Amino acid sequence: MLRTNLTHVLSEQEHAKLLQENENVMICCGRMGPMCIPVYESMEELEGEYKNIKFADMEFDTPDAKVIRNLPECRSFQGLPFVVYYKNGKVVKATSSIQSKEQITEILDEHFGNN
Amino acid sequence: MQNHYDVIVIGGGAAGLTAGIYLSRAKVNTLILNEGAVGGQMVLTHEIANYPGIESISGYELARNMKSQAQKFGCTIKSNLKITELDLNSETKKVTVNNKDVYTAHAVIIATGGKSRTIGAPGEDEFKGKGISYCATCDGDFFQDKEIIVVGGGNSALEEAVSLTKYASKVTIVHQFDHFQAFEHYVEEAKKNPKINFIMESKIIEFTGDEKLTGVKIQHQQTKEITAMDIDGVFIFIGYVPNTEKLEGIVELNDWKEILVDKNLATNIPGVFAAGDSIAKRYRQVTTAVADGTIAALSAAEFVNNIKKELLLAQAN
Ligand SMILES: Cc1cc2nc3c(=O)[nH]c(=O)nc-3n(C[C@H](O)[C@H](O)[C@H](O)COP(=O)(O)OP(=O)(O)OC[C@H]3O[C@@H](n4cnc5c(N)ncnc54)[C@H](O)[C@@H]3O)c2cc1C
Repeated sequence: MLRTNLTHVLSEQEHAKLLQENENVMICCGRMGPMCIPVYESMEELEGEYKNIKFADMEFDTPDAKVIRNLPECRSFQGLPFVVYYKNGKVVKATSSIQSKEQITEILDEHFGNN
Repeated sequence: MQNHYDVIVIGGGAAGLTAGIYLSRAKVNTLILNEGAVGGQMVLTHEIANYPGIESISGYELARNMKSQAQKFGCTIKSNLKITELDLNSETKKVTVNNKDVYTAHAVIIATGGKSRTIGAPGEDEFKGKGISYCATCDGDFFQDKEIIVVGGGNSALEEAVSLTKYASKVTIVHQFDHFQAFEHYVEEAKKNPKINFIMESKIIEFTGDEKLTGVKIQHQQTKEITAMDIDGVFIFIGYVPNTEKLEGIVELNDWKEILVDKNLATNIPGVFAAGDSIAKRYRQVTTAVADGTIAALSAAEFVNNIKKELLLAQAN
């Protein structure tokens, strides 16, 4: 399990349930590495500000993370973490490698609106 | 919201967090303002094996420990923000954050560290995470049996080039000079590795591809000849630049944009101190950043105490 304070998605079933129960979802799929940690930290901070979004993480190396790894939107990705934004269960945006809090906020505002 | 502090530390890496620990423990009211993730470059380091007293620790763990140690002593830490205005010349220092929140203090410690240098060639931003990487341990396994380039000629570049041969079928080191800056043993190890070959006196001038990186254009520095090369990935390790762009024209910097300080780590502005990788010095390590953070904190504490004494005297008279 990733050492973050985010909701952990541990299986394909939990992933499906999360998307079913929440309109706006951001999942960071990574490891406890240098490019991933800053993204988790930004998400932990943004969780308090964006009550309309569910923030979660998923361990890149668990077999069930194929639900993210194999997404067509992630086909060209070669840098951790893979971050996927879902609205009503559909992928609206995906990014590869480190993103700043500013870049993440821009995506959240564009796709989910601020609260 | 409290806005006035005794000391504001700009930067929450090893130097800034150490300053926070020392100041808060001495009951000096301290705020750390950090632009990125707390921990700075420590977070970029998978394993730190040369921090005295700890045989081996991940950079993230060490950063987390330093952060909680500072917070336990009462230090306030705010991260992932942007400093939009700095007024350091007045007696009361003023720092504006995200264009709206203004914090003031008697003294400021600048501990903004450094960041990876980028090549700045067309396509570099576009293919970040899609073939271009700055972290071998993070992204190496995406390049299993692929052909990659490592850019750079220092210790990191040569060490990582060797480590990437675990995954890649071929590693080409592209370096701008005709010799390496790395320690001899790193160069020798790279030279004797059969998967590694070298393109010297050359620079990447363009990254090409569609959905992901598929090639680069390389220019020879002497002949100016440009060669296109198909490639699956590029890892860039071309050194670090100090995070001092916001300080230009405010604090005295040298030609390399490093902050100039005296032995107490005071800058040219009274009440402004600096510590860590952003200052002019030869060796940049966690231990040296921690030592700088200590010295800057003790100097700043003395400065603040003197101001407070003067204020008390003025009130008494
Ligand atoms: C890959 C790698 C491996 C390393 N391995 C080792 C090792 O094994 N052992 C060792 O001792 N050293 C190692 N180092 C070096 C060591 O990490 C650094 O020397 C040390 O961490 C520097 O600390 P610092 O606090 O001066 O700066 P940084 O760690 O760079 O911290 C500066 C902080 O300031 C923030 N900041 C920047 N600009 C602003 C601004 N304008 N406003 C607010 N905040 C700002 C940054 O976001 C950052 O959090 C390594 C470095 C790297 C990159």
